[in-house]
Parts: sequence; C-alpha cells; structure tokens
Amino acid sequence: MSLNLIVLAKQVPDTHNVTAEAMKADGTVNRGALPAIFNPEDLNALEMALTIKEQYGGSVTVMTMGPPRASDILREALYRGADHCVLITDRAFAGADTLATSYVLSLAIRKIGDYDLVLCGRQAIDGDTAQIGPQVAEKIGVNQITYVEKVEDLENGEITLSRVLGRVTEKIRTKLPLLVTVTSSANRPRCFGAKRLMKYKKARTSFEIKQEIESSSPTGRYGIEILEEEIAKKHAELKNKGLLIETWTANDLNADPECIGLTGSPTKVKKVKSIVFAATETKKIEPTKEGINSLIHELIEERTFG
Amino acid sequence: MGKQYKSDGVLVYIEIDHDEVAEVSLELICKARELADQLGVDVQAVIVGKSNLSQFAEQIFSYGCDVLHVIEDERLKFYETLPYTFIVSEVIKQTAPQIVLFGATPVGRDLAPRIASKLKTGLTADCTDLKIGDHENKKLKKTYKNILYQIRPAFGGNIIATIITPEHRPQMATVREGVIKLTPPQKNRAGVILPFNISLDGVDFVNTYLERTVSEKKINLKAADIIVSGGGGVGSKENFQLIHDLAETLGGLVGASRAAVDSGYIGREHQVGQTGTTVRPKLYIACGISGAIQHRAGMDQSGKIIAINTDPNAPIFQIAHYGIVGDLREIIPMMIKAYKTKV
Repeated sequence: MSLNLIVLAKQVPDTHNVTAEAMKADGTVNRGALPAIFNPEDLNALEMALTIKEQYGGSVTVMTMGPPRASDILREALYRGADHCVLITDRAFAGADTLATSYVLSLAIRKIGDYDLVLCGRQAIDGDTAQIGPQVAEKIGVNQITYVEKVEDLENGEITLSRVLGRVTEKIRTKLPLLVTVTSSANRPRCFGAKRLMKYKKARTSFEIKQEIESSSPTGRYGIEILEEEIAKKHAELKNKGLLIETWTANDLNADPECIGLTGSPTKVKKVKSIVFAATETKKIEPTKEGINSLIHELIEERTFG
Repeated sequence: MGKQYKSDGVLVYIEIDHDEVAEVSLELICKARELADQLGVDVQAVIVGKSNLSQFAEQIFSYGCDVLHVIEDERLKFYETLPYTFIVSEVIKQTAPQIVLFGATPVGRDLAPRIASKLKTGLTADCTDLKIGDHENKKLKKTYKNILYQIRPAFGGNIIATIITPEHRPQMATVREGVIKLTPPQKNRAGVILPFNISLDGVDFVNTYLERTVSEKKINLKAADIIVSGGGGVGSKENFQLIHDLAETLGGLVGASRAAVDSGYIGREHQVGQTGTTVRPKLYIACGISGAIQHRAGMDQSGKIIAINTDPNAPIFQIAHYGIVGDLREIIPMMIKAYKTKV
C-alpha cells in the first residue's frame, strides 16, 4: 500500500508558556515576544501520519499557510520524518479568518490531488477554534472524523479509528479519502532524528534562497542577471538534493482574490481587550463574617459566579 | 398556506446528549430568546435524531423557543458529520435565519464549521457572550444595525475579542457550555412543532459504528468555571468534605494539590498543577494550599484566585487576588452561608 498523507500544520505563538519577558508592564502579553512554535496538536497529527506511513507505507507531505518564516516548522517536520513540505505564503492571504484559510488550504490539497488522508491538529493554541479541519474537509468534499485518538486499522480503502467526543468513545470504520483531526492525547510526538537534522537544516524555501543570495552579494556589484542566475542555480541544487521546500502563492493556486485574506473573511474583529495576566495585588480579606460577606457580595456583583 | 414561521429568526441547534436535551442547548434557547426579543423575531430550533424527538418539545418551548423543526430517521441514531451537515444546512437554507447558534461541544465544534464552510459564512468559535449592537465601518461609510457581537477569549485566553460578521448571513457562533444562565422555564409556553420534510436518499452514511461506549460524566476540570481546591493544609479526609460542600454550593468542581492527593484525601483525577490538570476557571479557591510552583503554574491563569491559608507567608498569596489568613474550617462554612443568603 502506498498512502499519500497530507498534514496541515500551523506556526503559532506559544500562548501556553507566557514567559516573564513576554509580559508588558500593564500585565498584558506582548505577543511579538512569544516564541513561534509548531502548533502542538499539529505535531500529534504529524506523528500519527508518520506512524501510519511506517505501518502501511506511503509518504507524508506537510503544508502550512503563513508568513515566510513559517518555513521553520516545515524544517522541523522534515527533522521528524516528513517527506515533502509546502509553504503556502502570500501577502494577499494576510488577515484571513478560518473560512478564507480553509479555502486556500483546500486549493493546495487539490493541487496535490492524489491523497488518501488529510490530518491536522484538533485546534491551534492561538485561536483554539477547531474550525480549520471541518472547513477544509467540506471544501475538498471528503468525510471528516474529529477528535481522533488512534488509527486501529487501515485496509482496502477503509480506515478504522477511535475517537472521543466528550463522554462518548467511538470506534468507527469509514472510507478513504478522509480528513481527521487529532488530539493531544493521541500520541507522543517523536523527537528530531539526528541524521535528518543534519541533512534538512539546509532545506530552504525559494524565498530564503533569494534572500540569502541577495544578502551575500554586495549591492551593485552583481547585476540582476547574475543574481537571478545564482538563485536559479541554488534552486536546482537544492531541488536535486531534495532540500527545496516548495512555495506556493495565491497565483500558484489560482486563488479567487474575493475568497482570500481579509476580503475573503466574513468575520471581522471589532474589538480586542487584553486580560491582565497575573494578580498584581492581593486584597486582604479579614477572616470574619463581615469580611467574608463583603467578598461574596463583590464576587456576585462582578458576576464571577456566572 | 402561509409559512408557520418567519424568516430572519434566531435558530438554535438542539443537541441530544444520551436521551436528554444537552444543557447547553437550553442555555442557547434562553440566549436566543433574549436576542430575538431585541430583534423582534422568532426563536427557532432544529432537532435531529432517530425517533420520538417531539417528547423534548415542551421543554425546549418552555425556555423560549417558538418553532421546533424536527428531523427523524432510523439512520440518524448517532451523530454523523455528513448527514447532519446536509440536514441542518437545508434547514438553514429554507428558514433563512439571521443568527444560528450551536453549543461549543465536541459535536457542535464538528458540525458548525462544516456548515459554515458549506454556506460560506462566518463562524465564531467558543463564544462566552453574545450581544446585539451596531457597527460602523468608517472606511465604507456604512453602518450595520443590530448585528451579533460574538464575544470570545482568544490568544490562549490572554485577550477577549468581539467578532462580527457584518456582510454574511447567517451569523454563526458556537457558545461554551455553562456561560449563559438558564432563565426559569415557563410551563405550557406555546410553540409549534414542524416536521421538516427532507429526503435523505442522496446522503452518504459512510460511517460504521463498530463500538460505542458512553462513560459516566467525567470530571472535567478544564471546562469548569469554578474550582474549589484543597491541599495538604486541609488536614484530613473528613475535613475535605468542606471542599466538596463549598464546590457544590457554588456550582463548581473539586480540585486538589498534589499533597492532598498523595495524602489520600481525594483521587488523582482531581489534581491541579503541572503534573495534574492545568486549569483556568473564572474562580479558583485554594484552601489549605501553600502554592508550590508546579501547582501555581497549573492555575495561575484563573480569572480570580481566592487563597485561604493559616500561613500568611504561603506563596499562594503572591498570585491570589483575595487572601484570607485563617482556618479554612471556620472560613468555608462562613462562605457557604454568605453565598446562600446573597443569591
């Protein structure tokens, strides 16, 4: 069996580990100061894909939509065992909500065309919406199973999965192609392979190739032709070695401009309010009837009890 | 014959949770009623399942629903994405609501995005509040009257965002369980049951359910709005009953520090902290917990923290919003009494 497995991944700010350096004086989070990481549950999806590949044969392609620097998580995917990676990037994608994002991802999946299983994390830790999986599944026209914990069996174009929907645990058999979303309790993502790390740390996107060559040549000394020639050479060299990370733009995907980015997003952010992260001051409550009464009263007034 | 319902209403997806209407669905009906009254429209609901769904109608109407669309079929016994998406999308197309609400349950979070993607409209996940308001787009010099403010935490809970869907209809949202207070039901409140005629002939039922088990209601500390936790300072299993009592009074769940679990006061599934569950309830009451780093790291993002401890230098006070230095055996009964008399 040779299965084509696609993993959708996202680079996210590490909202779960807000360090002291990322805190502003007013107690709010400086989002720019948070490290950008591979979305944790997308790592579980990648791990599931790699396990399926090892057991049944096939190849794993990891795709991410994001800014050029999202290539970091693609290299990480290569260190862990992915076969191919695609960076989907374009300024025109900026400001996309989940609907516009799922549109672009579905175009990229269609461009690959031949696939058996699409896997993604249940949700990303920056938005926690859990919407991308189902929205993509609808757009590529395949069935979806969310909250997957385990692949039990896979044969003859059918897959058997276990998933947990709240109190319900189900073992479901269904047809491929399929999209699954994977939870954090499904598995423990593997570490980087040392050999793979040595090899794939040299993997680059076409953006990075261009950037690196341009910055290594003093302005004015090389003509544009020479630059382009150098870029093309490097491109071919990396491609030969399997170190080129594919980069697809809106153009490559024939994306409808009305359906991408801010324009293609039905939802808009009207207002954002920061939550003060840590308690700065402790209000001392006297351990007396009066003290306790006024505390309870205050909490009721503030609707803390719901 | 005219339709028995008006379009432009507020539609609620009713989820069946083991032969009962899910609590969140009733909460949504209450919220939908409030929104619909402001908009001057109907509250409608859609219920999908195997059979006998009309038995739930009275209850659903009692919280403020006007029209219940019922779809029954033997094959709809268990929730399955494709047929349910097809059915609810058709109901939306035919009833043309301006707002559609789902519970942010695993089923709601599976179904709602699929439908939003199909209908190419906006969806906001995990809302903690909904309001009706206006929006002015200064660039386009356009004002949107009476649209839905979809309010939700984002960015790992560090911010609260208000999301709107100005141009697309319906405006869709999933809403967290337990954030909307149930209004008292009105017995015998009238409503209309409408069997929704739909052919399922072309629908794919591709899932075979090989096994299906329903567990007892698990303690889900992560989802709790209020957690009352006890630590080693509680002193005994008997005293730990006070923690249970306070939690029950406030409608919260019981948590514990590692010390309390290791002392056998309570089971490990209640443990909060880096080695237990990381929680961020609206209210966390730490009783007799000194506040080891690993415990604080698992609860320091709680909305409000009350610490009760006999030791005024306990580290828990560093992150507490309210500190009470004293004996929890005296303080907890005072809190229970105060709460019961105020509410």
